[in-house]
Amino acid sequence: MWNWDYVNDLLPSLLKAFGVTLGATIAGFLLSIVIGLVFAVAARSSIGPVRWIVRAVVEFIRSTPLLVQLFFLYFSLPMLTPFAMPAFITGIIGLGLHYGTYMSEVFRSGIDAVPTGQWEASTALHLSKRKTWLSVILPQALPPVIPVMGNYLIVIFKETPTLSAITVVELLLTAKSEASITYRVFEPYTLAGLLFLVTSLLFSFGIRLLERRYFGTKQLTGGGKR
Amino acid sequence: MIAEAQRGPYSEEEPSIRLEKLGRQQPAKRKPIVRYQSIHKSFGELEVINGIDLDIFSGEKIALIGPSGSGKTTLGRMLMTLEEPTSGSILIDDEPLWQMERKGKIVRANEKHLHRIRSKIGMVFQHFNLFPHMSVLKNVTLAPRSVLQLSKEEAEERAVEMLRKVGLEQKLHDFPAQLSGGQKQRVAIARALVMQPKVMVFDEVTSALDPELVGEVLTVIKDIAEDDDMAMLLITHEMEFAREVADRIVFGAEGRIVEQGTPEQLFENPQSDRLKSFLQRFL
Amino acid sequence: MNAPWLESLPLLADGLLITLQVTLLASLVALLLAAAAGLARLSRYAIIRGIATGYVELFRSCSLLVLLFWVYFALPFLGIELSKVTAAVLAIGLNIGAYGAEIVRSSIKAIPSGQHEAGIALNLSPNERMLRIILPQAAARMLPPFGNLLIELLKSTSLVYFITLSDLTYEAMVIRNNYYTWTPQIFGSLLIIYFILSSCVFVTFRLLERKLTAWR
Repeated sequence: MWNWDYVNDLLPSLLKAFGVTLGATIAGFLLSIVIGLVFAVAARSSIGPVRWIVRAVVEFIRSTPLLVQLFFLYFSLPMLTPFAMPAFITGIIGLGLHYGTYMSEVFRSGIDAVPTGQWEASTALHLSKRKTWLSVILPQALPPVIPVMGNYLIVIFKETPTLSAITVVELLLTAKSEASITYRVFEPYTLAGLLFLVTSLLFSFGIRLLERRYFGTKQLTGGGKR
Repeated sequence: MIAEAQRGPYSEEEPSIRLEKLGRQQPAKRKPIVRYQSIHKSFGELEVINGIDLDIFSGEKIALIGPSGSGKTTLGRMLMTLEEPTSGSILIDDEPLWQMERKGKIVRANEKHLHRIRSKIGMVFQHFNLFPHMSVLKNVTLAPRSVLQLSKEEAEERAVEMLRKVGLEQKLHDFPAQLSGGQKQRVAIARALVMQPKVMVFDEVTSALDPELVGEVLTVIKDIAEDDDMAMLLITHEMEFAREVADRIVFGAEGRIVEQGTPEQLFENPQSDRLKSFLQRFL
Repeated sequence: MNAPWLESLPLLADGLLITLQVTLLASLVALLLAAAAGLARLSRYAIIRGIATGYVELFRSCSLLVLLFWVYFALPFLGIELSKVTAAVLAIGLNIGAYGAEIVRSSIKAIPSGQHEAGIALNLSPNERMLRIILPQAAARMLPPFGNLLIELLKSTSLVYFITLSDLTYEAMVIRNNYYTWTPQIFGSLLIIYFILSSCVFVTFRLLERKLTAWR
């Protein structure tokens, strides 16, 4: 049932694919942060329709499966637009959009936690909207939510196998093709599973350690009501 | 009884005359219902109670006063089995609370033992701790039905009587969220009373109330104090009230009992400097 | 504008049935596991706590799709052959149940200690305290996060496409293979169907929450 020699032969290609997985994870994560910030700020826009549209888009994307969104992007977009992107890029965009909506909620809670007095003080000091966001609000909103963001990094990591549906050659797809070549199914899938499991566990313990270290002391207070 | 609240909670008569009027038996003739013996309590490094010996006699009303951090709340909580003494023992009706005998040896009490002895003690909390998802009536009948095994009718009968005693029989089907602080505390008192404990702990029960609501609660407690059979441990900052209701005042500071005596002795003739400086803040 | 692909709607209806079936069954499994593991993590006994924590940490760290593959394709090599539906329900239930356990645990822990103390002061037994005082209050708090979790579960059923179980997503793909030019409409409609299903879950939980917190 378990052949160590086979495992040895298997590891190089699995680890190489793991690299693709990590690449997609990080790229998707970074994109989700950018999109999340855009959504979070836009959701607070003073222009009514903008707020409404952003909320609707966020709700829609969050309520529908990533897999279907990937299919839509990969198969439909080339038909509707002149763009035809390679699978890897499509996958990253899919991840970024989907998890951007979750990130926007995370950022929203961080922003809401900044005392209203900070906004009021910025207005009193005649700071521009841009200055207010960049120098006053975001530096206070973001640090407390970093652990939650870290958790979403792990979530994105565990979702990358879904990208195999649009032919991104990541870890699961590689395990699958190895299994189909050698007809040995147990080792590839178990190894893939273990790689995801161990990496996730290590990373989440890392986040918890960081959380413990930085959140005993750091309390952002500038007065004002919340 | 509610009319009293409007007149104000503080009687103008001398406390000692009042006691005689009520024909209250002097506590010294009764046996101790609670005995704290060499109690020490630390929370980690912090020593909160530093060697306390205290007897509470059956039916006696004791007011426990002192600065914050003097361990008075902890003393009350230990009686209610919410905290365990680091060393020392508490006797309820001559039975140890936290220790029991098993096969001839003294061991730490198990839940069954605690449950049996705990039935003699009741407590009213500073923050009321009513059950928000239950109506007032349900709050008061829950324990009689489940612990005392009373039927629904019996439990409700007792509950209504108790709620009438605290002036809230109109609010039977209201929920805690609909009540004022003073009303909530009165429900909490009824809830604890209905279990007929032999000793009741009142842990700073008016400290969380708006000033204008304090009176109604104090009036209810004064009324309850007429019961000769139930001892009361009143942990309080309300000095005038303590003077009126208590048979004995115990002044504690830094985890020890500094001085104790009748209200007249303590308030008119404080012996220790510690008590003198404490009282300066109030009188 | 005629849309010939709409003739295949019955296929989508079949897919919808499978999706709902998997969602319902996996939810039951997840709920049971969440309740058991969540309560077990609060147990006085270290062994029970340990087992529950082990389960939660393990299955929260698994990639669901990889777990699904493993349960369906690799388990047979250990002698356990499961049908597609069973494999899906098991994998999804185990994974989502681990997240649910955390919701149960944190909702119970969030109940103020004063409630426990009042229960002790009234001499209620530990079981009575949990059943009559703590759990009813915790249940109200659990509803919103469980609603969200259920929506996640619904979305994750689309992954059964990978083990060729004929759910909504799979059938949509089948239709698309026959009506290539209608790809955007087909996938667009699929998104809308999932959106409607998610919204139903959301509304149901909102109504439940309102009913359970009338006392607030």
